[in-house]
Amino acid sequence: MTKMEKQLLQIMENNSRISVKEAAALLGEKEIDVANKLKELEEKNVICGYNTMIDWDKTGIDMVTALIEVRVTPQRSKGFDDIAERIYKYPEVNTAYLISGGFDLMLILEGKSLKQVSEFVTNKLAVEEEVLSTKTHFILKRYKDHGTVMAGREHDKREKVTA
Amino acid sequence: MRKDLLSEKTVALKPSGIRKFFDIVSEMTDAISLGVGEPDFDTPWHVRKAGIASLEQGKTFYTSNSGLKELRQEIDNYMQRTMGLSYDADKEILITVGGSEGIDIMLRAMCNPGDEVIIPEPSYVSYVPCTIMAGGTPVTIDLQNENNFRLQPEELEKAITPRSKILILPFPNNPTGAVMERKDLEKLIDIIIKNDLYVLSDEIYAELTYTGNSHVSIAQLPGMRERTVIVNGFSKAYAMTGWRLGYACGPAEILEQMRKIHQYCIMCAPTTAQYAAIEAIKNGDEDVVMMRDSYNERRRFVLHMLQEMGLPCFEPLGAFYVFPCVKEFGMTSEEFATRLLEEEKVAIVPGTAFGDSGEGFLRISYAYSVESLREALSRLRSFIERLRAEKRA
Repeated sequence: MTKMEKQLLQIMENNSRISVKEAAALLGEKEIDVANKLKELEEKNVICGYNTMIDWDKTGIDMVTALIEVRVTPQRSKGFDDIAERIYKYPEVNTAYLISGGFDLMLILEGKSLKQVSEFVTNKLAVEEEVLSTKTHFILKRYKDHGTVMAGREHDKREKVTA
Repeated sequence: MRKDLLSEKTVALKPSGIRKFFDIVSEMTDAISLGVGEPDFDTPWHVRKAGIASLEQGKTFYTSNSGLKELRQEIDNYMQRTMGLSYDADKEILITVGGSEGIDIMLRAMCNPGDEVIIPEPSYVSYVPCTIMAGGTPVTIDLQNENNFRLQPEELEKAITPRSKILILPFPNNPTGAVMERKDLEKLIDIIIKNDLYVLSDEIYAELTYTGNSHVSIAQLPGMRERTVIVNGFSKAYAMTGWRLGYACGPAEILEQMRKIHQYCIMCAPTTAQYAAIEAIKNGDEDVVMMRDSYNERRRFVLHMLQEMGLPCFEPLGAFYVFPCVKEFGMTSEEFATRLLEEEKVAIVPGTAFGDSGEGFLRISYAYSVESLREALSRLRSFIERLRAEKRA
């Protein structure tokens, strides 16, 4: 990975809506080169998608987020991948990680209500043969997500004009 | 009230052009400013923690006049690893209250009445007043746009008289963003040595150099270490402006006198800031790189936008300013900046705040988010398009 590619990824991660023209200006590169590079990074699945950070708390729409720790029995020759795939294919599962330490999979789920999340856990997750146990944590408040402070941008604390 | 209440010398000093502009801007709460001369980053968290920890441990006393020995040793290490220069932590390094104190006391330590101090302009606002207060005579050089605001040997030669004593080298430069590369400095050293000049090298923006090579100090060149006082600090490199911490490195005989003035006026630089600075200079290299890369992106972004609106600007390779030329509009810098503020609510400092040779130029600071830069520069663009249309009509 070149320094330019790394910088481009950082720029996109920070604001994926930036135009190719502006990204090129920031990098001091030609627009066409940046456009091609983005396409290449998308094709290689280095850039896997473009998401929007939404604070659902501010919308009045009911939404709960849960972190679920899952302990599973790995399968011979397939390890965790098979069971992980069976679990992450559920549309309710937003994020799935394989984790080191006291449990194996960490899932992030978004549901309309506590009830909906617990139904998923009891009816879909816990019944999987390889699932040994689950532990569900509900998110009470998001302070910071993906490097963004949810409370909003801090105002400029500097004086307006200085030498 | 007595007629001689105030010092004539002080009363005669011109108030800073920045101050005047600040007063106008501060009444306009909805203005977007590109007028700030300081980083937009908060001080790195580990540095702030070090300051906080020192307070928790009750390190709330004076330090030695010169500053904490550990900090002076770290500064020596830093000078060695960045520029290959070594300074004696006891005799050749002094911790000051910002780079500004270093400028002041260096001039006071060296000036006798009538000694001339050569000051290339546009440059930082304090050199001329500090020279006057020190009893010296300021001799300014008008740097030229066509030289990318770098000091030329002929310009220096022209400014020299038998009374010349000190040359101030303010590079990377505020407000122009100009740098002096090794080849530019090399052309000056024969003249400096032949005329027995001493150099006050203000290197506060040294870490913000975008030449592809790191900053070069004139003290690195042959015969120059012994006639140069380097003034630097933590404000710009580590985003620590409010901590007020700087340092001076130079020959022991000059530093000894500077220390004396510092001892009587200041006692010592703020203790908390000194502890934070140890952390910054020891473990802050990565922060500096991150900030420099980020400024560099924004520098290119702003230059690109200026180019698109057809506003001529040389490529500045240091600090966080660009210095575009607005002479085509037939207004003074101040008129331009005032109208821009009134009509588009964008605050940009007129070049004349940094010396007469800033006439016809603006200082745009790019220590702002890309969003603010985009918005402010689009407003600048509509403003100049309107001016051009007026001119055609």
